[in-house]
Amino acid sequence: MRAFDHKAKYAQLQQLAEDVLAEAGRQGASSAEVAAHSDMGLSATVRLGEPETIEHTRDNSLSISVYMGQHKGSASTAELSTAAIHEAVSAACSIAKQTAEDPCAGLADAELMATEFPDLELYHPWDIDIEGALEMALECEAAARDYDPRITNSEGATLNTGGAVGVYGNTHGFVHGYPSSRHSLSCSVIAQQGESMQRDYWYTSARSAAALDAAVDIGERAAQRAIARLDGRKLKTRQAPVLFRAEIAAGLLGSLVHAISGSALYRRATFLLDALDTPIFPDWVNIEENPFVMQGLSSAAFDAEGVATSRRKLVSEGILKGYVLGSYSARKLDLQTTGNAGGVRNLSIQMGELDFDALLKTMHTGLVVTELMGQGVNAITGDYSRGASGFWVENGEIQYPVEEITIAGNLKTMFQQLQAVGNDDDYPGSTRTGSWLIESMMIAGE
Amino acid sequence: MLEIVEQQLLAPAGLEQRHLDLVLDHLMGHQIDFADVYFQSSRLEAWTLEDGIVKEGAYSIEQGAGIRAISGEKTGFAYTDELQLPNLLEAAGTARAIAHAGQNRTVAIAEASTGHQLYAATNPLDTLSGSDKIALLHQVEQEARRQDPRVKQVIANLVAAYDMVLVAGSDGVLRSDIRPLVRMNVHVIVEQGDLREQGTAGAGGRTSLDFFNHDERGLELARDAARQALVNLRAVDAPAGSMPVVLGPGWPGVLLHEAIGHGLEGDFNRKGTSAFAGRMGESVASPLCTVVDDGTLAERRGSLNMDDEGTTTQQTVLIEKGILKGYMQDKHNASLMGVSSTGNGRRESYAHLPMPRMTNTYMLAGERDPQEIIASVKKGLYAVNFGGGQVDITSGKFVFSASEAYLIENGKVTEPVKGATLIGNGPQVLNLVSMVGNDLELDAGIGVCGKEGQSVPVGVGQPTLKVDELTIGGTV
Repeated sequence: MRAFDHKAKYAQLQQLAEDVLAEAGRQGASSAEVAAHSDMGLSATVRLGEPETIEHTRDNSLSISVYMGQHKGSASTAELSTAAIHEAVSAACSIAKQTAEDPCAGLADAELMATEFPDLELYHPWDIDIEGALEMALECEAAARDYDPRITNSEGATLNTGGAVGVYGNTHGFVHGYPSSRHSLSCSVIAQQGESMQRDYWYTSARSAAALDAAVDIGERAAQRAIARLDGRKLKTRQAPVLFRAEIAAGLLGSLVHAISGSALYRRATFLLDALDTPIFPDWVNIEENPFVMQGLSSAAFDAEGVATSRRKLVSEGILKGYVLGSYSARKLDLQTTGNAGGVRNLSIQMGELDFDALLKTMHTGLVVTELMGQGVNAITGDYSRGASGFWVENGEIQYPVEEITIAGNLKTMFQQLQAVGNDDDYPGSTRTGSWLIESMMIAGE
Repeated sequence: MLEIVEQQLLAPAGLEQRHLDLVLDHLMGHQIDFADVYFQSSRLEAWTLEDGIVKEGAYSIEQGAGIRAISGEKTGFAYTDELQLPNLLEAAGTARAIAHAGQNRTVAIAEASTGHQLYAATNPLDTLSGSDKIALLHQVEQEARRQDPRVKQVIANLVAAYDMVLVAGSDGVLRSDIRPLVRMNVHVIVEQGDLREQGTAGAGGRTSLDFFNHDERGLELARDAARQALVNLRAVDAPAGSMPVVLGPGWPGVLLHEAIGHGLEGDFNRKGTSAFAGRMGESVASPLCTVVDDGTLAERRGSLNMDDEGTTTQQTVLIEKGILKGYMQDKHNASLMGVSSTGNGRRESYAHLPMPRMTNTYMLAGERDPQEIIASVKKGLYAVNFGGGQVDITSGKFVFSASEAYLIENGKVTEPVKGATLIGNGPQVLNLVSMVGNDLELDAGIGVCGKEGQSVPVGVGQPTLKVDELTIGGTV
């Protein structure tokens, strides 16, 4: 692929950001903010031992918000020509002249802007060409297909690699950015036995190529997961303990974040309304956000408004200690922003002592969930009802795979009924957790 | 239409038809079977009302060209947001690297063919003035609040998009389309003591923003969202287990989209990864079921004059009286399977590769009176509104989440129940359809379908129908 000159790109985007802020000022904006992004990458997919798709990606974007007093207008463009940028700035200004006055609108406060920009080691370009990318994907898929004769088909293996530069600027005089890279390798295969056909996948993702898991390991794990699901049964409808496998438990942390995020709070659209400084988990639960993890997949020294990020406890000894706020929602709530415009960064829950097998023993009889389907979470009430598949456990040992069942409960209760968090955080992603054992949920099946 | 699009999309970049020939010529090596260039320019505008004020408006611009070269089962793809000839030629050179370069072949673009005109080629962003858009949102909000003092928060969105595309293919296709799309969504939050609940309603189509002023459509969305939120306030716990389910008409057709629609897309069947692969001509549903995918319905959200490969859209019979009759195809999968494209080659944008996707997918009406269907159930669920769904096309398992549902007891609709996920098996579920109503409805125009990271607007529909057994993910 053509080299991505991140330094030249950075200089270009920085200049663009400054020009756009100046132009907004000329068009009457009292303040403005702009985010510019540019990336370049390669995606190589193989299927059944042959190259299938080569995609060259090259995306640009620029988004601007302008404020005329307390009136806001926004625009974005995925094309960085002078004409498009001019059209975007004009559109944002025109919208700001029509929106209502909103006392909470505006940039984050100037004194909150980040002043330190540590090198978080987020940029590790990978000098891999198409042949090299295909070779690695082929190795990965071959490992999956050779793993077991029951692997009869494949959706392929894909290697993605890319570099990006992002710049954020506002009329406080803050204009900063940084390059980053992201590489991943994924594999999805199909296992078949008699009438039963099951698909599963696995992947690895990291800032640097060196931090990726080995291609063979990814392929084999995809194969193991697909085979383990063969001949799944339905369960009889019953109440039972549920063990959320680590990669699925990360989604429960996602539901927590949503429930304590600013927009849900000021809309009173959350089951954790007024829960600050109250126990929402058992007293041994600690949850932390750390934006400064080296090579972290969501590390950053400043948020989407330029506000300095900070390492902090969201939950300490089971008690909710912090919300997830940007400056707008903070003003709506009469609070201070937590530097979370754009989301949380590298969340982790303190791991327990038990590995996955020990968690099975602790559960004794119950359901291990390895996949969830659908969006059945009511953020306002916490009511939770999802399609699931996984394994039935008796006497602390996996008995057989299960599918076409649902699990249901309420997140508020599920959090309170968390019995253990394992130390088995063996999946990719920016959120770190082991598996979660929940005391009891309703399982619906036959 | 082609002239308008050429003028607006190509001319500003100094591009003419002969340049498209050049790019295609550059793409076609002797091992390249097919190549195409897709130009796109879109504008989108969205307004949001919350806390009684229209506090946000956003405008977005997207423009670029996607270039694809196919050799056998292999695809090379590159795109650029700079529509100058050198950038297009560079992208073409990159895309064709999928097959080793060989002798060049010359491509001649055929005369533009004609198709149908299902929607007006207008820019919906301009169909209402800024102040009229804002006034509409305020009327909607006031209507929602007027329904009940327990309505505490109303969030209303109004979105208009104008999408202009042009496709030139090595098979001689040169076609363009102008695609308006509008949508309104109303989200209502209600409070009663410590209880809080929500309701949502939305509608839209390929038309102008005036759509929401006609027949009080905008106000009707406000009433419906408030009504649903209030119903949910008195909802009891949903049952857990397997029982008969009566699905209401319209949007509950998301069942068809998930249970069988995705499984009948050509790519999954060519690759043998779908639970429906190799089952053409077999019985996959009860004889009461006839299901079609139809991209030709006037002004519908899922409709297109042509797909994103320049193929005129059509009505494709997927299941006829229970028998599997057809898959949905794009050009690439169709040619590999030795059939014709069904006009289902769609892509999220120029920066994405096309693949077989649904348009408007629905089941034809049956003969039963909907009341008769409900009366036939002793104990079951009557589900009239849904959130999203999901399917695993390989195992056939699918889910969809009810957001408004009621118990049926002794043939009568009784108490509302809380939202619950329903789960079933795609190849089995339509065999369990025992009654089909005479009340076919299409959804109001809110569907978004995601596949391999690409989102496209779609429609669904069905008459009232009874599934003898589905698993309901309640708590009691």
